[in-house]
Amino acid sequence: MSIGLGHYTAVSGLLFALGLYTLITRRNAVAVLMGVELILNAGLVNLVAFSRFSGGSIDGQIFALFGIVLAAAEAVVALAIVLQLFRAFRSVDASETRELKG
Amino acid sequence: MGDSFLAVVMFYFLAAVAVGGAVMVAFSRNIVHSAFSLLATFAGVAGLYALLSSELVAVIQLLVYVGGVLILILFAVMLTSRIDEARVSNRSFGIVPGAALLVAMCAVAFYLASTVFAGRELPGPAEPTVERIGHELLGRFVLPFEIVSVLLLAALLGGVTLARGSARTEAAERAEGD
Repeated sequence: MSIGLGHYTAVSGLLFALGLYTLITRRNAVAVLMGVELILNAGLVNLVAFSRFSGGSIDGQIFALFGIVLAAAEAVVALAIVLQLFRAFRSVDASETRELKG
Repeated sequence: MGDSFLAVVMFYFLAAVAVGGAVMVAFSRNIVHSAFSLLATFAGVAGLYALLSSELVAVIQLLVYVGGVLILILFAVMLTSRIDEARVSNRSFGIVPGAALLVAMCAVAFYLASTVFAGRELPGPAEPTVERIGHELLGRFVLPFEIVSVLLLAALLGGVTLARGSARTEAAERAEGD
């Protein structure tokens, strides 16, 4: 019995599906961001797994590192926007915030 | 090449932790519970990286996601939802299409995993990759590496500027507090 590439892609597919579900069913902007983080993690698992199973290449790991950095930068800016949204509307409900002008 | 029994057990344990956390994130009605379940997912994924002998990515995942992104998300949850509203349901939109999409995505994932990617075994014992990653980052990937540092600076300044807010919103908040 051994763990192959299929096992890792199955895990990352499940993470992606659950992240997508979170993304489209939640109205709280912070919860939507959690869904985005799940989807990003699913992609990174795939990158690292393909890198390991390709034999010798580490490009996938380097891409995963860049992806982690980009995800962190995205989270910082998005959560700052959510904070401002809460200040302006007293709510982080994505379907209640309809105006761009403060 | 068969894996050792321990490796198989570790894989299923870590996969269960990661996917179980993701299930809690997706279905928990309390957003604070969702935020803490994200910890299990991030830690489980870090363990999967370690199992794939990508030690550096595993450590960075723990440092950046568990130490940084998760704390930010928890701060955002605490700062934006009043405590007495913590149990307000967030799910009101597209449960049925969401569930249909979830089932379809899982089916696609298992189909691909059991056909296209099945039978791909580990090519051989892993070598330590940290040193090679360091050389590659300062060699072939030096331009993206430097651009990322500029991006991080931009994100830092943007985050501080946005979260601090303008003088007008601060004045409005002060007036509201009085």
